[in-house]
Amino acid sequence: MQIFQYLGATTRSGFAKLGRATFFLFHCLPGLIDVLQRPHLLIRQIYSVGVLSFLLITISGLFVGMVLALQGYYTLSDFGAEASLGIMIAASLVRELGPVVTALLFAGRAGSALSAEIGLMKTTEQLSGMEMMAVDPIRRVIFPRFLAGIFSMPLLAALFSAIGIVGGYMVGIGMLGVDEGPFWSQMQAGIDFYDDVVNGFIKSLVFGFVVTWIALFEGYDAMPTSEGISRATTRTVVNSAFSVLALDFILTALMFGDT
Amino acid sequence: MSNTYTQDTLVGFFVACGIAALFYMALQVSNLSSYLDTSDTYTITASFDNSGGLKVKSKVSVAGVTVGRVSAIKLDKNRYESIVEMQIEKKFNTLPTDTTASIFTAGLLGEQYVSLEPGGSDEYLQDGDAIDITQSAIVLEQVIGQFLFKKASE
Repeated sequence: MQIFQYLGATTRSGFAKLGRATFFLFHCLPGLIDVLQRPHLLIRQIYSVGVLSFLLITISGLFVGMVLALQGYYTLSDFGAEASLGIMIAASLVRELGPVVTALLFAGRAGSALSAEIGLMKTTEQLSGMEMMAVDPIRRVIFPRFLAGIFSMPLLAALFSAIGIVGGYMVGIGMLGVDEGPFWSQMQAGIDFYDDVVNGFIKSLVFGFVVTWIALFEGYDAMPTSEGISRATTRTVVNSAFSVLALDFILTALMFGDT
Repeated sequence: MSNTYTQDTLVGFFVACGIAALFYMALQVSNLSSYLDTSDTYTITASFDNSGGLKVKSKVSVAGVTVGRVSAIKLDKNRYESIVEMQIEKKFNTLPTDTTASIFTAGLLGEQYVSLEPGGSDEYLQDGDAIDITQSAIVLEQVIGQFLFKKASE
């Protein structure tokens, strides 16, 4: 009997959390007015969310591109198709790895920091303090972070893909001796701007939205204890990774399904 | 905040890098630069018995040089032929009326494309004209089938 009780309670609390998260999202949207009035709120958050992730993303992108070139080369050279190395690297980066790996790194780097920050603000009653001063903390504190996350993610994903292609080029042409001409020409022939680059951009926008939303909500919803914050941070990374990978499948099926 | 100015600069740098990466992908990696402006093109059609794996946006070439792209592939319901509509750049407006269109494959497993072989006529193809002499795509299964059939009859 207890197992039914447990299942029921878990399901109900899951739905309740989803409901709270939705209300939270709609509650923070009017914060757009505050951001327009005080742009420096947004700039500061772009700095801590985007600029501080910059180095991590570029270096990871470089190495992912280099590994793709090495691994792709060994398989492609079996078929004498080394010339397709460029299109292989570019397609996998622009369509999938760019948005997905960036979102996962972003969740680990920026998402966990956001959760911990908001969670600690709640624990030390800074958020209630703002409410006492008639400042809506969701509009004033949460929304700039939210917007910064949505804004930074596509830029970071674009950087990841571009640097990854450069890394693949360095390994492919520099180390493995693939011919440079077909590397670029097959890439340009195979990658469509709207189908691949723009769809990858949309993907990264969606991932940025989801990861930042989860991070901020988990921070805001955390139990106001030190254990609560640590749980919220863990949940942010776990839930973001899960949502990004699941959404990636849905988005890929929608975007690339009919080609 | 004493370091606001530095922060602003770094954010600006970050945004510039992100936009530069997008431009890089648009121009260097994707085919955006080779997209054709439709105002600079004229349309010709050709009907094939079988257009094989030809797709919209497949390239149209003369002597290996890309002169345009396939814009539509339709089925002629009466003759059961595939009608391929091509957008050719206006600067290549000297294709003779007896030009032959063939569907070739780039490499063994590559993309299919339309190859135009100019004939010797003095008159040139105009917007909306149709190419009469065509050669269909080679379907690998048919070729193998014929080969096996010939081998068996020997």
